[in-house]
Amino acid sequence: MPAFPTAAREAVGNKTLRANLRHATHTIRDKRARAVAELDDWDQLREAGKRIKDETLRHLDRHLIQLEESVTAAGGTVHWAADADEANRIVTALVKATGETEVVKVKSMATQEIGLNEALEAEGIHAYETDLAELIVQLGKDRPSHILVPAIHRNRGEIREIFAREMSEWGRPAPDGLTDTPAELAEAARLHLREKFLRAKVGVSGANFMVAETGTMVVVESEGNGRMCLTLPETLISVVGIEKIVPTWRDLEVFLQTLPRSSTAERMNPYTSMWTGPSQEDGPSTFHLVLLDNGRTDTLADEVGRQALRCIRCSACLNVCPVYERAGGHAYGSVYPGPIGAILSPQLRGTQSEIDASLPYASSLCGACYEVCPVAIDIPEVLVHLRERVVQGGEVTRHGTRVTLRPAKGHAAERAAMRAAGWAFGRPGALRAGQRLASGTRRFHPRTLPGPGRAWSATRDLPKVPAEPFRDWWRRTNGGRAEKGDKK
Amino acid sequence: MRVALFLTCVNDTLYPDTGRAVVKLLTRLGVDVDFPMAQTCCGQAHYNTGYRHQAEPLARHFSDVFGSDEYDAIVTPSGSCGAMVRELYPRMGERARSEGRGDGLATTLAPVVPKTYELTEFLVDILGVTDVGAYYPHTVTYHPTCHGLRSLGLGDRPTRLLQAVKGLELRALPGADECCGFGGTFAMKNSDVSSAMGTDKVRNAESTGADTLCAADNSCLMHIGGTLTRLKSGVRPVHIAEILASTEEDPLS
Repeated sequence: MPAFPTAAREAVGNKTLRANLRHATHTIRDKRARAVAELDDWDQLREAGKRIKDETLRHLDRHLIQLEESVTAAGGTVHWAADADEANRIVTALVKATGETEVVKVKSMATQEIGLNEALEAEGIHAYETDLAELIVQLGKDRPSHILVPAIHRNRGEIREIFAREMSEWGRPAPDGLTDTPAELAEAARLHLREKFLRAKVGVSGANFMVAETGTMVVVESEGNGRMCLTLPETLISVVGIEKIVPTWRDLEVFLQTLPRSSTAERMNPYTSMWTGPSQEDGPSTFHLVLLDNGRTDTLADEVGRQALRCIRCSACLNVCPVYERAGGHAYGSVYPGPIGAILSPQLRGTQSEIDASLPYASSLCGACYEVCPVAIDIPEVLVHLRERVVQGGEVTRHGTRVTLRPAKGHAAERAAMRAAGWAFGRPGALRAGQRLASGTRRFHPRTLPGPGRAWSATRDLPKVPAEPFRDWWRRTNGGRAEKGDKK
Repeated sequence: MRVALFLTCVNDTLYPDTGRAVVKLLTRLGVDVDFPMAQTCCGQAHYNTGYRHQAEPLARHFSDVFGSDEYDAIVTPSGSCGAMVRELYPRMGERARSEGRGDGLATTLAPVVPKTYELTEFLVDILGVTDVGAYYPHTVTYHPTCHGLRSLGLGDRPTRLLQAVKGLELRALPGADECCGFGGTFAMKNSDVSSAMGTDKVRNAESTGADTLCAADNSCLMHIGGTLTRLKSGVRPVHIAEILASTEEDPLS
């Protein structure tokens, strides 16, 4: 993946993409604002959600052990995966043990994070995404670009085209003469998917929440496809990040109010599925839970950055972010795009790669993301914290060990400029000399700048340097008191 | 009341007219204004770009310059530099403490934090005025800059002040709470996205038909203004201090 600015440049130049994104994000952000305004205790809910998550994270080890005990007591099996490879190996082995070569999937960013579909494919197992937007992405051989609406970058015409071209490759073809009306597109997807639901013996899911006290998994969704995936197969394998845990059922009350309103602007989501272990009468008779770490414990060790683990994946921050709106989700080079992705990905993956080192800068620090976050993640604070890591290096935890990072490459000139500015600002005399030099040479200032400044002057005019900086005026006129009289 | 003007390095160097307007306005309102000559920069650019350790000496310097008891308040015509002092200085002190460096930084910075006010905040909350006796016979649209809006929570203070200006017609800016795309070094590091945001802000401002775009932060106005002139727009970017300082006897030219 190229660094964010390069990837974003392409998106900014794509008019269709920008129009799709603008329309979708503005529609949903306005709806969200109305849905949130209905609750007069929103601020208390937000504070409660933040507190529950923080306290849970503080004692995460204890809650996870309780969860393992509860799931096991309910007849499920718990697996611990330290990283993506281990998680993929576990799931692949579990599917192979059933003798099946097809799985249906729903609601799992965690499996995208670890690249499970590709790992299964390598072992001859086909994984079918069944969330409508995920289906569009998979059929289009595309990547998701939004947490909640992975196909947000596509319009109806593009979706019709993808369905007509690709569905037959994967199963039931799209009906002849398919148009781009939402009802027809939904019906085509419904028929295509229904065939897969009825055939599938193995389901793979994620979970929005895991309740430690009872070992209950919770999935909230809008389409009912999740319910199909969670109830029709004989074996259900859920891959869930360890931060998705809440201690008690009572804690869910807060999130079942804040999540739907923040994400889809609904008072309540249409489907909330909860299951506790397998069932011999109805639903899957075998249940496996794969608890995924993959950088989460390392993130927890960072006292500023750990708040990113409060995230409940509502995507409200994406929908208000002016940078996301123009750059699109793909530019973030991660399954988690937008402001939350910009702080989560470089923590889960480290800041070594070019894309990860560029993500903390993919923000103007306008603060709109923090304002809408239902668990009050101070995203700008974490962005600045990660910028520090990129330019200065420092101590971080990787794979459970404290290591010292070196500063990322490509910041030497900036570091020198910051140091020079720091030096001048430490000496008022030097600042004044610099200002006078700038004023004295103002007639010779170029209209366009060299070096990093070129990026500025390509689209914006520079301000004209005034003939006299303020401090000289103040001194000359004694703070304006002598202005109308003789010049001193 | 004796006030220290924290003009900010950007205004001092590039927008001295804003500083002169603040002096004129506050003096008219009976405030004794001083400009401590040793002031330089609050350290925001360093801090926000990831150079927190290099921002620390600048914050200490700020406290040395402005921490004096002789000032009742520190007033700045910049929402983002005001937010740096009020919101981020305490955080810097806290971080130094958590890094095992003791309370030194927090103690040094503490005196300036509660005394620092953004200009419109100072006028409305401390001086208790909304009609400052200004005259500006123009149509104006107001852009609430992000740090003023979200970090300082300026709310409707700036628009209340503008509405009381004689001759001024205020027009609502569509998408007012959306960032203009400046964001300090963001404007250079992510220039394409920044420019796209700036262009949208300019188009929104033009759609109001106003002849003036007003804001309480010259950094954002520099970005918007640079875009306005490049797009050959007739809208004029003006800092709110210059409108509030403008009177019938001595109008803003």
